[in-house]
Amino acid sequence: MSLYQMQKFLFDINRDPGVQRQYHADLAGLLNRYDLSAEERDAIAKGDIGLIYVLGANGQLLMHYAAFLGLPWAGYIAAMRAGVAKYGPVRAGLYHMTTGLNESVAGV
Amino acid sequence: MSLVFAGIASHAPGITGRVDMADPIAAQEFHRAYRAMAERLEAARPDALMVVAAEHFANFFMNNMPSFAVGMAERYEGPIEDPEWLGIARTTIPGNSALSRRLIIDMMQSVDLAYAEEWKFDHGIMVPLHFLTPRYDVPVIPLNINCQGPPLAPLHRAWALGEALRRAADSVSERIALVGTGGISHWPATPDSGKINEAWDREFLERWQANDKRALLSYTDEATYRDAGQGGFEIRTFITVAAAAKGRGALHHYRAIPAFAVGCTIADMSIH
Repeated sequence: MSLYQMQKFLFDINRDPGVQRQYHADLAGLLNRYDLSAEERDAIAKGDIGLIYVLGANGQLLMHYAAFLGLPWAGYIAAMRAGVAKYGPVRAGLYHMTTGLNESVAGV
Repeated sequence: MSLVFAGIASHAPGITGRVDMADPIAAQEFHRAYRAMAERLEAARPDALMVVAAEHFANFFMNNMPSFAVGMAERYEGPIEDPEWLGIARTTIPGNSALSRRLIIDMMQSVDLAYAEEWKFDHGIMVPLHFLTPRYDVPVIPLNINCQGPPLAPLHRAWALGEALRRAADSVSERIALVGTGGISHWPATPDSGKINEAWDREFLERWQANDKRALLSYTDEATYRDAGQGGFEIRTFITVAAAAKGRGALHHYRAIPAFAVGCTIADMSIH
């Protein structure tokens, strides 16, 4: 797993309008700049927030990427929960889910 | 001249960005407490405001992550986030590079710092400024502590940072205000967002108000992660303020607001 590289992609796209433009114009070319596993690359290509979360992305990076993809806050939370339901517990990083899958913490 | 004001406040992006999702009474009371803090800050007539904030990967990444970084620019931009998402318009915030440089040089006598002549403020600084200096007319000196990308500086180094900050503030002719921003227990940006350990928060705030150094530094990151989430690592910012002010704290507001994903806190500390 190349979590560092996946998080670097998130860091870059969150803060660089040029990277954001390339995301829309040439996603494959953009992703070639990062040494990603096939699973990470696929997760980004599909905008699969749930899988990116399970792979260990830091939420302080991921929440801005989710907003960039047009997900409202409730949708972002739901996508992470759906990711855990589909792919299992978070595999790396700091952001392991500590509540139950059916638990609604802040009403979203 | 010296340190003329010290306080702590929450900075979660929901405070401005998700107001519509919160209990309106709770949100109004917290915003009112924030504005009351602004009045106390203004009454202290600061020449500059140092904001001790938590790094959220707005400026620094794990390719080169400083434990402590201080801004040394003449101006800053923010927010780096989508302004609509945060509920704060993008603007330019004045800095004071010469004052930053003098403070940094003095602080470096006892702590190792990174400095930055470019810095884009994220919610960790913009949310406090939105309430505390809404006209953006007070020069800001940002100081970030790495609270997200372990290994993190141990708590006793956050304390040493506060001591250095105080010594530096006392060495310059300007009036320096200090605000630490962070969460106490919280699980921000996770599926647990909104979870708050109020008992843990209140215990921490008791220790902070008493300025009990030994108790404040007795937390381990392992226990903090277990009881207060990864957001709990941000207690470093509050500990730095306690070490700088050396006084006793006064808690003006605390209320867990799940929609804001944090126990919303406003407190000052006397300066001794």
